[in-house]
Amino acid sequence: MYAYDEIDRTLVNERVSEFRDQVKRRLSGELTEDEFKILRLQNGVYLQLHAYMFRVAIPYGTLAANQLRALAHVARKYDRGYGHFTTRQNIQFNWIKLAELPDALEDLAKVGIHAMQTSGNNMRNVTSDQWAGVAPGEIEDPRIWSELIRQHTTLHPEFSFLPRKFKIAITASDHDRAAIKIHDIGLKLIKNEKGETGFEVLVGGGLGRTPFIGKTIKHFVHGRDILSYIEAILRVYNQYGRRDNIYKARIKILVHELGIEKFSREVEEEWQHIRNSSLQIDDEVIEDIRSRFTYPAYEKLPHMPDELRQAAADADFEAWRKNSVAPHKVQGYAIVTISLKPIGKPPGDATADQMDALADLADKYSFGEIRVGHEQNLALPHVAKRDLPALWKALDKLGLATPNVNLITDIIACPGLDYCSLANARSIPIAQELTRRFADHELANLIGRLHINISGCINACGHHHVGHIGILGVEKNGEEVYQITIGGRADEGAALGNLIGPGVKFDEVADVIEDVVEAYLALRERPEELFIDTVKRLGVEPFKERVYATR
Amino acid sequence: MPLVNGGKIIDDSFVKLAVDTPLPERGDILVPAERFIAEADALLARDGKVGVIWPNNRDIDALVPYLGKVATVALVFPTFRDGRAYSQARLLRERYHYRGDLRATGQVLRDQFVFMLRAGFDSFEVKKQADAEAFMQTAKRYSVFYQPTGDGRITALHRRMQLRHSEGVGT
Repeated sequence: MYAYDEIDRTLVNERVSEFRDQVKRRLSGELTEDEFKILRLQNGVYLQLHAYMFRVAIPYGTLAANQLRALAHVARKYDRGYGHFTTRQNIQFNWIKLAELPDALEDLAKVGIHAMQTSGNNMRNVTSDQWAGVAPGEIEDPRIWSELIRQHTTLHPEFSFLPRKFKIAITASDHDRAAIKIHDIGLKLIKNEKGETGFEVLVGGGLGRTPFIGKTIKHFVHGRDILSYIEAILRVYNQYGRRDNIYKARIKILVHELGIEKFSREVEEEWQHIRNSSLQIDDEVIEDIRSRFTYPAYEKLPHMPDELRQAAADADFEAWRKNSVAPHKVQGYAIVTISLKPIGKPPGDATADQMDALADLADKYSFGEIRVGHEQNLALPHVAKRDLPALWKALDKLGLATPNVNLITDIIACPGLDYCSLANARSIPIAQELTRRFADHELANLIGRLHINISGCINACGHHHVGHIGILGVEKNGEEVYQITIGGRADEGAALGNLIGPGVKFDEVADVIEDVVEAYLALRERPEELFIDTVKRLGVEPFKERVYATR
Repeated sequence: MPLVNGGKIIDDSFVKLAVDTPLPERGDILVPAERFIAEADALLARDGKVGVIWPNNRDIDALVPYLGKVATVALVFPTFRDGRAYSQARLLRERYHYRGDLRATGQVLRDQFVFMLRAGFDSFEVKKQADAEAFMQTAKRYSVFYQPTGDGRITALHRRMQLRHSEGVGT
């Protein structure tokens, strides 16, 4: 965990007092709604269908137990007793009152949490691998760099009014859990031939109306130069990104229109001016950030403790263990993913009571640390394997042990028309129905790894383009119509899905998905061939035939 | 529209000229970029200070040769959500070492003051009287800054280094 110092705390408090003043001026009429809109968006406050929605930053998805308790407190005191974890490792509260927002922010500031730049046309909350620092085989802990970039992008005096929002994601693993290829800037930590730490830098990825997979702009940027290189990209974007059309304002469009070669030349030229400036990070600065990350005092534990051996006889435990428990870099420990996708419930929601209980479990079993993943699940990153059976029992009591991580019911969905003022169609009810259709664990297990992503409009908050199965709700002649794609993925092999045919009505979506899955089961070469691999091997056609033959 | 400079509301000595306004015989003038570039020699030869209003979609390269001669450069925020002039300001100050007056015009609200100060602005045509009056108070709102800019304010990273070294002295 990164521990705030007095400097970080001061800044967050200063931001809270500024926002309090902005709310006060809005309530008194001194600020027009038009003026206030931009200001509230800079601090994570949207006006939704029913109320204000408040998005709180969880930088690179890392939370301490006391911070999770503070989120529970906000859910209970200022909202309706629950929160919604998002695809960018944040949490949203859907029923906040404007007049109470400054108090909620002040309560969060006490534990080092803020809502800066969780919306608006600025540099958004930096995201990273939810297993950062504990996954085996990382180059190094990407959170050190994530924190450095978090600080650098916070209240940036030049880049707080960009053409459009700007998202940065970082990974340090070959297997990309941070979806860096669908970010405005994707950073992959690597070592050069001299063994020095740096980054492969990707630019111009993004979903939305015009999706693009990010392209490599530079194969190696030394760690000490990463801030100046990011600054160079941002400076080119801030000056030349389009501002005439909101749908063409993301950096991906600029990169596409200029071409990656020309764009990278512009960036290179800018970078040469600023790389040897005070933006250069010396080792001492990095060490200082590193020193404020604390790591657990791991015990020396056996690889296969007796507790785990005994619990293996319990089929329910085993079902959960097989898809929720992942290897840890330290022997005797494991990373436990906590599914926020119970059958029949909205994906990514957690109640205040669940959050409090989870904070206690984190204290007891995971050195007080919790992670949030872009799949809208949580994780306990340092669980001793001997504690797994006890932890499972406790999670099960809380309704947090659904054994479906990475299975077909582990659905990513945006809030959709149930909450969102931008949405054209419902997302949550589609997800709920699909989890009911595939509620049988044996069936879900038989299908294997399969990611369904649902967005209720073209803005693609549910990342439908990169779902193995993507579902996009649109509005056609006053009706909700859903377009279905297959073959997308968000990892290191990121790809955009392909449409399988004409859109279908709300009531038909679950039937169509069942048909797609049945087609897969019939078409796969062997049980180990994942859905995504069958689609890659055969293309869209055989699925299309199957689904539309009878429609 | 009140003009703030040095933290105080002051009288604006500059008269803004349009592209085709007849040139007044004397007095300080603020001229649009295209007119300035076209008539620079004549404008600079007359009695009175000359400033230029530079739009945010025009490269500042063309302005660079005149930086030693103009009395003020006014950069434009057509709406406060359009942040191009922050980049122009930093380039003028940090790359081209412009030392003259740098004025923010357009939709300038108190909520941008800190960003603008950090980017190198020192004059502000503020849209609302109340914001202009609140300038000093607002400018002091933040004491911590994460990014280095040309304004010389110490960054959080460097302050930490100083603290580290000063703590190290006695040990």
